[in-house]
Amino acid sequence: MISGNGKPFASPQDLLKRADAIRKVRESIKQEIRVCAGPGCIARGAKDVHKKIRSEIKSRAKELKDVGLKLDATLSEKCTGCHGMCEAGPVVTLEPEGTFYTGVKPKDVKKIIDKTLLNGQIVESLLYRLGHQRGGDKTERYADIPFYRLQVRVALRNVGVVDPTSFDDFLAEGGFSAFAKAITDMTPEAVIDEVEESGLRGRGGAGFSTGRKWRSALRVKKDRVWLICNGDEGDPGAFMDRAIMEGDPYSVLEGMMIGAYALGATDAWIYVRHEYPLAVEHLQMAIDKLHTVGLLGDNILGTGMSLNMRISRGGGAFVCGESSALMRSLEGKVGEPRAKYVRSVEKGLHDEPTVLNNVETYTCVPAIIDKGASWFASMGRDKSKGTKAFSLVGKVKNTGLIEVPMGRTLREIIYDIGGGIIDDRPFKAVQTGGPSGGCLPADKLNLPVDFDSLSQAGAMMGSGGMIVMDDHTCMVDVAKYFIHFLIGESCGKCVPCREGLRQVYDLLNKITLGDGEEGDLDKIEKLCHTMEVASLCALGKSAPYPVTSTIEYFREEYEEHINDKVCRAGVCPSLIMYEINDDCNGCEVCKKHCPTDAITGEKKKLHVIDPDACISCGICMSVCKFDTIDITSGGMIVSRDVVA
Amino acid sequence: MSEAKTNETVRLTIDGREIEAPKGAMILDVARDMGIDVPSLCAHPGLEPFGACRLCVVEIQKPGWDDWYKQLVTSCLFQVSEGMKVWTNSDEVRQNRSVVLDLQMARVPKSDHIRKLAAEYGVTETSYAERDTDDTCIMCGTCVRACEAVGRSAIATLSRGPDKYVDVPNKDACMGCLVCANLCPTDAIPFEANDNGKRRIWGKEFDLVADERTGEVLGPQEYLAHIRKRGNNNGLRMPDDMKHESAKVKRFDYAQKLCRVAEVNEPVAEKVK
Repeated sequence: MISGNGKPFASPQDLLKRADAIRKVRESIKQEIRVCAGPGCIARGAKDVHKKIRSEIKSRAKELKDVGLKLDATLSEKCTGCHGMCEAGPVVTLEPEGTFYTGVKPKDVKKIIDKTLLNGQIVESLLYRLGHQRGGDKTERYADIPFYRLQVRVALRNVGVVDPTSFDDFLAEGGFSAFAKAITDMTPEAVIDEVEESGLRGRGGAGFSTGRKWRSALRVKKDRVWLICNGDEGDPGAFMDRAIMEGDPYSVLEGMMIGAYALGATDAWIYVRHEYPLAVEHLQMAIDKLHTVGLLGDNILGTGMSLNMRISRGGGAFVCGESSALMRSLEGKVGEPRAKYVRSVEKGLHDEPTVLNNVETYTCVPAIIDKGASWFASMGRDKSKGTKAFSLVGKVKNTGLIEVPMGRTLREIIYDIGGGIIDDRPFKAVQTGGPSGGCLPADKLNLPVDFDSLSQAGAMMGSGGMIVMDDHTCMVDVAKYFIHFLIGESCGKCVPCREGLRQVYDLLNKITLGDGEEGDLDKIEKLCHTMEVASLCALGKSAPYPVTSTIEYFREEYEEHINDKVCRAGVCPSLIMYEINDDCNGCEVCKKHCPTDAITGEKKKLHVIDPDACISCGICMSVCKFDTIDITSGGMIVSRDVVA
Repeated sequence: MSEAKTNETVRLTIDGREIEAPKGAMILDVARDMGIDVPSLCAHPGLEPFGACRLCVVEIQKPGWDDWYKQLVTSCLFQVSEGMKVWTNSDEVRQNRSVVLDLQMARVPKSDHIRKLAAEYGVTETSYAERDTDDTCIMCGTCVRACEAVGRSAIATLSRGPDKYVDVPNKDACMGCLVCANLCPTDAIPFEANDNGKRRIWGKEFDLVADERTGEVLGPQEYLAHIRKRGNNNGLRMPDDMKHESAKVKRFDYAQKLCRVAEVNEPVAEKVK
């Protein structure tokens, strides 16, 4: 690594010169090894892989030197942020070829050095197979894998590319050139114009125009303005902001610095949830570094601009991701939202003008300043410009972190990028927008994914969670799951949310237990309406969406639960029965495993489950090697493990 | 009305009646001044608006909006504006109030106050699963805000969601003023008063001090010390009818009255008048 001379940069030109110098030195690098150190890959042992790579390079320095590879001169290695394809980890990529190795273990490192580094060959066994299926086509370069090929990375541009702990790495990738441009060539108004023209809308969920928000803050008479970055991402199954904060902290800070310049803000907070320790570590490292090089603090780059940045760690309350609750929390008070009839650009943190944006929003700003508003606006559709990061999870083959231009259809995201449904089962629904988002059915697969299309369909963009469900998912159960999550996360301040959620949950629970009655659906719908219109904050107002959207698109499933006591997905324990079919060969395995001795039958003869003794635990089904156990509901087989 | 008083006014229509109101005033205050009954459980003239009970919802329409479009807003913290139209008792308003009261009935089946209010909206029995409890706390937060306003913050809401409750984490700060119990709309905070010159609340006992000349019970020692120290700087918002009088004296007096034992349990707001 190239280290600086320890002195702060005296001017923007100074900074850019330094970036050029680093790039020049790096021109000689012929091979770069990037080990993904996102949380998924770390969990699968990426740190050990990285250690092994370092030690192996050291111990075999002579051999490597013979092929012209010398560490830190022509060869470099680093840990980067999340590459996105989390379930293929640990992921190792080799640049400049873009070779993509998946599932790398420490013992594979030797092979990579022997074959790839020394001989320029590919280690076949580590290649990605299309659809992760045996016999699937192997792909050498990530650029050729549909998962990557169809993505356009703006917010995630440096995630998986730079070493998040290295300031020089960030500079070499063009970091802070946008800030330097803004602070030397642009007036604050011009920066806001550019952001507004780009059509950038808040990536945290509400989708309000970032430029307009900034402009209205500029108009407010004030002594000081607070700048806040919301990194309290708490949606189950969402990790876009986490990946950015962990994998590219400098871009978040650069976006905030541009915002601070435009708004004249001198104080900034980054609110990060407590469960993201690596994000806090990397952000703090970056902030400290920027202080020492003169990019934060007083008289930034000799321009007279001052900005102090601090991190606050959230206590783990989902509701604190709501901006007004976040501000109360920052003030040291109970994190309860307040009505936003007075906007926070007028009266926010400490009742002073405050501008709050999401991590991803800030990260888009430097790219917009660098490449121009029209470049950003050229992507996307209608009133949703640019790209959006999603975490694609659930019953989809390629789970992970993706970024696509707005307006791609759900089908493209789930089938082309996601590779389709696991085991090629039928697609049932996709849940977008976090716990208070909505579930969209198969006939909405051609819906373009943008702010307005999603909300028209009864779902929402939210922060970008996308949970894919197959036919083994019960929609009543899904609604119940999300309502249960929200009960735990409601702040409890206003009645419709606090009491309404509890009652909706009770009613849903009753339905899944098979005790649903006529009129329950009407009751739920009436309650949901009041929650939507009369709750205090966005959490309560959107809390009914998981219920209302599933009732809208899967009403017959609710009715089946209530009227016929049938759960067609075979999920709700009270409505299903386990039965052994005629293919049973009497191996007695299920009988031995049954915890309630509900299974009877002699060896080599058909076994039978006593429905009165069965507790629907499903152990028999998981231990049966011959797939002879069916789930039935209302006399119909609703689940049989068929491999398509 | 938290905004500084200016002489600017706006004209609006509430339930078909035109009215001129001070700029920055909240819809609820203006409507009540007109004699319109808008129910509320968490609004109190001595406290900042909070917006938790959702009973004071009204429908509004602003100039320039589509004819069919109305918005349901919380009148206690929504400011009036020029040309605004307000409906305080429309079908949509009544429907949502009835659901909210229905939910409260399920929460506090033993509260007579809620029962009475709910009946006004046609709810005589809750449609939801009733809690099995004698507790009548509806989590309006009035007690907590009042305690903060008098400068003690002895009590607070703890936990969150349906499990949220009021307790006394800062017990040392409690001075036995009973402002919490007196402002509670559903009499959910138990206390014992005038029991041999003693008073008990939040698990604490206080000795009462009487006026030497008149013999009138003034309150616990701790409370009198607090009033002496804080004087008129007690952070309380004044009800409108007190703003025009000698502010310093009145403010002090008001705080004292708020804090004073209500030997009988009548609403403090009425006592102040």
